[in-house]
Parts: sequence; C-alpha cells; structure tokens
Amino acid sequence: MNSTAVQNKRAGVSGRRRPDPFFWVNLSIGSIILIFILLPLIEMLTAPTLQAIKETIVDDEVYRSIWLSIYTAVLAAGISFILGTPLAYILARHDFFGKRFVEAVIDLPIVIPHPVIGIAILSVAGKNHWLGQILQSIGIRLMGSVEGIITVLVFVGVPLYINSAKSGFESVDPRLESVARSLGSSPSSAFFRVSFPLAWRSMLVGIVMAIARAVSEFGAVVVVAYHPMIAPILIFERYEAFGLRYSQPVAFWLIIVSLTLFFCLRALTLRGQQEVTRR
Amino acid sequence: MISLKNVSVDYTDFVLDTITLEIGEGEFFVLMGPTGAGKTVLLEAVAGLAPLSKGEIFVDDRKISSIPPEKRGIGLVYQDYALFPHMTVDQNIRFGLRYQGRTGPFKARGEHHIGEWEQEYHRLVDILDLQNLLHRRPATLSGGEAQRTALARALIMKPQLLLLDEPLSALDTRFREEIRHHLRELHAATETTFLMVTHDFHDALALGTKAAVIHKGRIEQTGHIREIFRKPATRFVADFVGMVNVIEADIDGKRGVAVAGGSEIVLMTNSTTKREAGRRRQYIAIRPEDIVLSRKELQSSMRNHFWGKISSIQDHGIAYEVHCMLGELELISHVTRGALVDLELEEGMDICVSWKAAAVHIL
Repeated sequence: MNSTAVQNKRAGVSGRRRPDPFFWVNLSIGSIILIFILLPLIEMLTAPTLQAIKETIVDDEVYRSIWLSIYTAVLAAGISFILGTPLAYILARHDFFGKRFVEAVIDLPIVIPHPVIGIAILSVAGKNHWLGQILQSIGIRLMGSVEGIITVLVFVGVPLYINSAKSGFESVDPRLESVARSLGSSPSSAFFRVSFPLAWRSMLVGIVMAIARAVSEFGAVVVVAYHPMIAPILIFERYEAFGLRYSQPVAFWLIIVSLTLFFCLRALTLRGQQEVTRR
Repeated sequence: MISLKNVSVDYTDFVLDTITLEIGEGEFFVLMGPTGAGKTVLLEAVAGLAPLSKGEIFVDDRKISSIPPEKRGIGLVYQDYALFPHMTVDQNIRFGLRYQGRTGPFKARGEHHIGEWEQEYHRLVDILDLQNLLHRRPATLSGGEAQRTALARALIMKPQLLLLDEPLSALDTRFREEIRHHLRELHAATETTFLMVTHDFHDALALGTKAAVIHKGRIEQTGHIREIFRKPATRFVADFVGMVNVIEADIDGKRGVAVAGGSEIVLMTNSTTKREAGRRRQYIAIRPEDIVLSRKELQSSMRNHFWGKISSIQDHGIAYEVHCMLGELELISHVTRGALVDLELEEGMDICVSWKAAAVHIL
C-alpha cells in the first residue's frame, strides 16, 4: 500500500511537469481507441426510439431471453466458483511436475474458436460417446437445453475465474497459513479462516469476469442450443429476420441489464477493498 | 527438552545438513548465523512446516517429526509478524483458542476449560500492554505493537516451545529494547522454552543463555553464549561474533561501573545494568572495532579513557590487530592500515585507549 502511495505521488509530480510531445502523440492515439470503443456503443444505446424500447421490454420473448442469459451466466459462474476454487488453490500453493501443462490446459478455452467449443462439447455429449450415454441414462440432454447452455458457459468462463482466484491466493502470504497451522489449524481450517477471506475479492472479480464472459457468449452456445434462446442469439435472429432497427432495442436492454449487474458487483468488491484499506 | 537428531532438509536451492541440537526445558536458546545460513528453514522444520529429508525431532520423549504442525504444540513468531490482516488484534490473539481441547498436545496437558484460557488471555494482554490495541487492525500497528500481538497470539496456546524468527531485526531501535524487555519477561513468566534465531549478536547477548552458531546449513558451535564469545571454535564463528574482548569483571550496578584488572569501566545505565544491582562477578565484552586508539586523550563523548602500552601488532590483511595492556588487562583493537600509519603505532609505545559506555556488553 505504501509503494502504491509513493507511485501515485511520483505520477503526480511528473504530471505537474510539462509533458513532452511524445506524451501528446500517445494521448492522441489513445483517444482514437477510446472513441472507437465508445462511439458504436453510444450510437446503439441512443438509436432506438423510446417507443421501441418500451415495446421491446414487454415483449415476452425478449424478457425471457435476457432473463435466461443472466440466469445461466450466474449459474455457470457459480459452478466455476465451486469446481474451480480447489484447482486455483493448488496451482497457487504447490509446485509440481507438469504444472505449466495444467495451466496451459486451463487457458485452452480462451484460445479455441467458439463454435469449435460448441462442437467439441456436443461430440462428447452425443449418443455415440460413453459420456453422452451416461448423461442420457440419468436424463440429461445437452443439445438444445438449459443444461447445455450452462455447460458451454462454464467451459468458456472457468479459465477466467481460475486465473483470477489463483492470483488472489498467490497474493496471500503462505506464512499466514503456516502460522495458522502452528496455532492448531488443520490445512482445511487454515484455508477457510485465512486464505479464503483474504483472497475473496479476487474470487469475486473472477466471478464477475466469468459472468461477463458468459453473457456475451454466442458462437459456442449457438451450436449447442439455439433454443431456448439466450439474448445474444435473439439479437442475432432479429437482425437476420428484420434488420438492424429491430435488433437494437433488444441489444439496448441486454447492455442495460448487464451493466447494472456489473456495477452492483463492482460496488460490492470496491466496498470490500475499502474495508481492507481502512482497517 | 527438545532434541534434534541428525536433521537434514533438502530444498533444491538450499540444504540443512545433519543438524544435532539439544535444548533444555525452559531455556532461552539462541541460534546465531548470518542471513541465508538456514536459520528460518530450521525453525520451519521444527514447527513441521518444512519436510525433513533425514533425522528426527523429539520433545521430551515424544517423537514429533512425523506429526502435523497443528498437533506439535510449538508456537511460531515470524520476523514480519505474519498477523492475519483481516482480523483485529483481539481476533488475532484468540485465533488458536478455537482448537483448544480438541487437538492432541493441548488436551494432554491438563484440563483447561474456557475460564482458564480467558485468564491466560488477560494475563498476556496485560504483560504485553495490548489493552488499547485490541480493536485495531494489523495495518495500523507499529512494528513493536505488531510484534507484541504476534507474541500473545503464539503464547496463548501455551506452547511447549516457542520459535522466534529474528523477532527484533525488523524493528526500529526504540522498539527493540521494549520487545527485548517483553521477551525476557515472557520467558520468565511462562514455562515455555524459547528458541530464537538471529543474525545480531547484540540480541543473542541480551537474551540468550545457550546458543549455537549456524553457517551454510551446518552447526559450527554450540554452548553457553559466553563460551562462544570467549572461545570461538572455528574461524567463521570468530569472525561472526567479532572476536570480542571478553573480560571477567565485578559489576557495580548502582554506580554503573565494572571493575576489571584494577580499571573502572563505565557502563551504559539501562534496564540491563539496573537489573544487576549489587556487585556481582560477571563477564563483559567489548568489540575490537569499538575500541579507539589515539596518541593524545580525545575530546569526545566517550566515557572510557585509559592509558596503556601496545604489546603487539598483528597484520590481518584488511585490518591490523593491536594488543594493548592496560595494567593487567589486555584489550584487542582493530585498526585500518591507514590509521596505523597515521598514528605511527609501534610495539611498546604508550597509547590512549577509549571506548563508549554503550560498547560494553554484559554477558
């Protein structure tokens, strides 16, 4: 915390100095990027008429698709949290042969093209695969189902969660756990009383990123489950069938809902941060 | 009694090599060595946090080297305190209480119930003067306050052995004396055996009874602290403890002087010397580099000035070792080649020998 304060101070000092031309060049190029990101989004948010926006939200199909998007994304992030935390903890605390390989495997879903992910998941969930047969025998069908959507969203979101949680655990001094052990904690008790509460914020950030990733997923979901329709697919369908003007209001609502969600979570994480800082 | 038998720890970049140590019940044992000598690893091995590749550790006759750290009944205080940042001072101290009576060694050591732990809590808070800090978070504490909290947190468990990893080296000088005082007090007030590692011989002298010197993962010498300073067993130990002038003297705490070989040596009056009220025969030590030689009596704040004769001068490469006789007292001073030439020092000449009161260490 001290070093950040020092850095801030330094930045302040150099900020007071007259910036050189190189700074202005960087700033101009930087502004292009900012405009590039913001302009299309602002245009899309302002283009639909108020009338269209009102009509869209009472449209049952729109309402259901947005709800489905949020609900599957949150559930998928929840599954990532429960199943991903142990692996993140192991990777943060232990060095072992093949650790690099495991880390590379975790990053795979980030680099594989999204439709390929959908196809890969379908190929193990189908009738011709033993896993598909087991799933079928217990009554789970991934093709065209909510379960299928959630499976895909876990697949694409879990790397983001694990990486964030891992860096959270890495930032907890292992000696705090050592001290806890010397005070009578079992390894699991030391985890839940020390490492978990201290890494909690990183885990929350990971969850937010996994949700964001899931809400924006299209390519992998469209392969596994066109119906029931999540919001991005509905937007795509409206665009295909009726054109830009009819897809914009749906997009408007999806953005509003997800932004609200993220601001809430961000506020939550920031409050946690202030608590630690204030102490 | 804690004994380490042929303990080895193998890290890829570090090896602790067949360490054998015996630490008596209730002792304040100091493990000295330079940074990187393997002191912290040895503590972690005793606490069960670093795996042994060879050897065994016993507490009394209980073999503890194969039981997990939480069942050993060994407390640990790290150099940078390692307080739990998300808990208040109070919560930090009480951290271990939840496990009382559930885990082996604590249960085996008598029927304590909640009231007694509460009593222990208040006793430690009193001794360590933590009353006004209980609701603070670790980030707002000074080094000394954090160290006191860490001590209370470890000692409330009534460990049989307390491991202290450089407890004073991260502290400002003004907190050092305070924590030294607390360590002495706690050691006297508990039945716990203390094992402290330090690279600072001042701390070793101030606190320890017995000591060992560790270097490159091996024990170089074990024994009474005084003996180590008087008779370093190896070249390394001699260099490390600084070839101290160790002198037998009568200490007069009231007047703040030590009488040795007919000379009266002025001491620092601090808590240590006050404790030595009344005359007592003891050893004092002065480091050779703290002894200043001059041809005339110096006008300075140094309170010890004596005239003596140079009995011999020895070349030690970077420094010269000058032996001076003050009556019956022989003192060794280290001087640089430059100083030797400047002062035109020769064997047999008269010389003024000075040192500060603070340079005199009571062993």
